[in-house]
Amino acid sequence: MIPSSFSYQKVNSVAEAIKALSSGEAKILAGGHSLIPTMKLRLNSPSKLVDIGALAELRGIKESGAEIIIGAATTHQEIATNKIIQSKLPLFAQGGNSIGDVQVRNKGTIGGSLAHADPAADWAAIVLASDATIEVQGGKGTRKIKATGFFNGMFSTALQDDEIITAVHVPLAVGSKGSYAKFPQPASRFAIVGCAVMKMADGKVNIAFTGISNCAFRDQAAEKAISGKKIDASTIESASKAAVEGVNILSDHYASEKYRKHLAKVYLKRALLAVS
Amino acid sequence: MHVKIKVKVNGMEHVHEVEPRLLLSHFLRDTLRLTGTHIGCDTSGCGACTVHVNGKAVKSCTLLAVQADGCEVLTIEGLSTNGTLHPLQEGFHQEHGLQCGYCTPGMIMTAADLLKNSPKPTEEEIRHALEGNICRCTGYHNIVKSIQYAAERM
Repeated sequence: MIPSSFSYQKVNSVAEAIKALSSGEAKILAGGHSLIPTMKLRLNSPSKLVDIGALAELRGIKESGAEIIIGAATTHQEIATNKIIQSKLPLFAQGGNSIGDVQVRNKGTIGGSLAHADPAADWAAIVLASDATIEVQGGKGTRKIKATGFFNGMFSTALQDDEIITAVHVPLAVGSKGSYAKFPQPASRFAIVGCAVMKMADGKVNIAFTGISNCAFRDQAAEKAISGKKIDASTIESASKAAVEGVNILSDHYASEKYRKHLAKVYLKRALLAVS
Repeated sequence: MHVKIKVKVNGMEHVHEVEPRLLLSHFLRDTLRLTGTHIGCDTSGCGACTVHVNGKAVKSCTLLAVQADGCEVLTIEGLSTNGTLHPLQEGFHQEHGLQCGYCTPGMIMTAADLLKNSPKPTEEEIRHALEGNICRCTGYHNIVKSIQYAAERM
């Protein structure tokens, strides 16, 4: 399968990338592991690709004050195998390691995954549960968007046409514990259902789902059912009962609406058990 | 619009003008005639097209040739040295790690990445590392043994 023709520009700075985005139907190319498959299937035919693969400024992981900053073009594998991430943000190591396979993780990037906003992407649930902030840069400058305000719908985000993601800021919540449980599609390992849970030191529990609906979301009803309470069989049961109610649940040839709903409750239980 | 790329493949520098939409797998097979890299599913699922770009295993069917500009690419053809098989190639031979052979170049390239990062992997680590490579003949058992054979000799 061969994508339709496009023009190609490799850029040397974020500013150059933003400028390049302003002309035509341009798309950013990072690792390309979401974009290229859709272009090969001709689901997406941008007239221009702006390659940010050479931008070292968008890569890397650093600790800064009370947060970890992950460059947007950092690969899933770099995140999953990074020592700081493994010791201070194990949820990100666990989540990153669950994406695709090693070859995919060696190319795919966190920023690319977030910007693409596949309804079954793993990072979406993980950034939501960890109260992360997404830093973006565009023609009008830099801004930070809370993960909870980032995903608008299927393949749709709060990014403007000339904006690119530059970094993901993850707060280091002392005494917190996170876990990601997913039922993967057996070939692609995208989440048919993915549930990320982060239990804070003060007892607040963040619960985010991916794979369930048009975009990843925080499940406030489930959070309310368990936050501030001891995580045990009975509170896990009430959170599971409250979860994904009133949500427009996807139904496709992998999983019917009814089955997905059932899986969501099961995988929430597993994620909660892991942090109890 | 063609783009000039310079790629070092198996130690040899190649300069070509390519269409931006040319996939790395097609560049290797059709332009450079290195047909050891196989195309299986063509949807980044099966791993038959696995090569190394700057030392890391990647699926060449899901990379554009222009993304490899300035990079070093290693394919199955570049693994042996002076006619001596790489321990992984020898291992697949000795342990009957292949039947039809279609998945083999990808299996070996993925295994070579694994052994570089983890020289003495457990059986579980080997099986986990191969999750992106599909074999329809062997049931994987002999592939795991082939990689263990190589790990003992490297």
